Amino acid sequence: MDGKTAPQMRHFNPYSDNGGTILAIAGQDFAVIAGDTRQTVGYEIQTRYAPKVFRLNDKAVLAVNGFAADGNMFVKKVKQKLEMYRHAHAKDMPLRAIARLIQTMLYAQRFFPYYVYNILGGIEEDGSGAVYSFDPVGSYERESCRAAGAAQSLVQPFLDNQIYFKNQQPIPGGPPHPVHLPLSRVIALVTDSFTSATERHIEVGDELEMFIVLSRSHPQQSLDPRLNATEVSTTASGEKVFVIRRPLKRD
Amino acid sequence: MDHFPTNWGRPRNDLNDAYNTYPLHQRPYNGPKDTFADGVQRTQQPIVTGTSVLAIKYKDGVMMAADTLASYGSLARFKDIQRLHPVGSHTVLGAGGDMSDFQYIQTSLDTLLIEEEITQNDGHSLGPSEIHEYLKFLMYGRRSKFDPLWNSIIVGGVKDGRSFLGYVDLLGVTYEAKTLATGYGAYIAQPLLRDAVEEREGQENSITEEEARKILETSMRVLFYRDARSLNKYQVATITAAGISISESQHLSTEWSFAEGIRGYGAQTQ
Repeated sequence: MDGKTAPQMRHFNPYSDNGGTILAIAGQDFAVIAGDTRQTVGYEIQTRYAPKVFRLNDKAVLAVNGFAADGNMFVKKVKQKLEMYRHAHAKDMPLRAIARLIQTMLYAQRFFPYYVYNILGGIEEDGSGAVYSFDPVGSYERESCRAAGAAQSLVQPFLDNQIYFKNQQPIPGGPPHPVHLPLSRVIALVTDSFTSATERHIEVGDELEMFIVLSRSHPQQSLDPRLNATEVSTTASGEKVFVIRRPLKRD
Repeated sequence: MDHFPTNWGRPRNDLNDAYNTYPLHQRPYNGPKDTFADGVQRTQQPIVTGTSVLAIKYKDGVMMAADTLASYGSLARFKDIQRLHPVGSHTVLGAGGDMSDFQYIQTSLDTLLIEEEITQNDGHSLGPSEIHEYLKFLMYGRRSKFDPLWNSIIVGGVKDGRSFLGYVDLLGVTYEAKTLATGYGAYIAQPLLRDAVEEREGQENSITEEEARKILETSMRVLFYRDARSLNKYQVATITAAGISISESQHLSTEWSFAEGIRGYGAQTQ
């Protein structure tokens, strides 16, 4: 080998993949946004607790997944803009406006993108539960459920089957498939999605962090005490935000 | 056969050790040159490198260890370089990767501290989490300019009764944990550190200073046996509410008599 002819350099790659998975499901008058807390690079577990899901205000929660440095920086900038909006307008930015803000911020970096998949969940101004999902350069749409990250290919087909009832026939003569599922069912689906993804994907595990946003029109304004949820909303009159933390397998 | 001696004895894949010199930096090129072909020259590989840093949280605060070697490729070039650096009175940095980039970081943090703590003199001081946040922006900003500071850094400290242990690297990736290790230590020592801490799940705060020192010494010894870019001289930093202390360099005792019994390698057939 001749070391003199070509300049030998280690090319610098400004990105890495930090694993993990996020997931959000919208109900009629609530939204659930969840993610695991493991942060990896390659086969190495960097830490067992690095949050990927963030409360933005009392009606919006943002989950970020992909390159952790970009993700943290992006969330920081979104929070800064939301704070400036609050100072200017004396109210929280509505969910659909946050979604458009995120698309603008992502597309602004079109030629050096944030390597991050975003899922925004929360309550719209009409009180309905909503989920917005984004690609790294800002394409987005409103959906009722979305998984992203390392185990997207494991979780999304399960969601298509259990939420959208794909490949399921309703019982002949029986009731049609429901359009919206109740909160208890959604929490069970999210928990099962993550325990299953943990079993089959090495980059998923350690802890499940699940945010639940309840619309003011939701019949119950508190959660079943057996869920062991912590309330993190800031006002008594607005939407309610709760966090549930569950252990996942650590191997 | 690779006839280029600087390539001998290296890992086949530099992903194994992203913070080491590979290969030795380019020698001067004396041929015809297009002045404007390259544009600006940036850090594209580390040159003089430090290897692992280990750290653990214990009862009174944070303990950190790093050996004193700065390598030039596979050459053990500088054998008495301090890789643990105090910042203010609550924080210690430990760095692996390019030592000149680390010394630049030391200088810029010392300048920051003069401004924040001496010039302003308002009774506020920077704690470990603030230093970590500042470094995150510094490192992420430089990676975004495609001009990275080629380091992996551990920030440890105690302020207002809270101990802090965080990591930041050349990409701006950050995280916190009860035990941390950089470089080869992330592969070899981190499992040992986690083992020691996780067997006391829920009562990590019961690890005494002696026990923490013992855990780090054992891990440093394993690293010295297995990491070819390490040295049997290391320093330990302790950061507690009482302040910072960085030890003199200590010698690692090692046991090699087992090597006598090894048969079957190279020319030795019996």
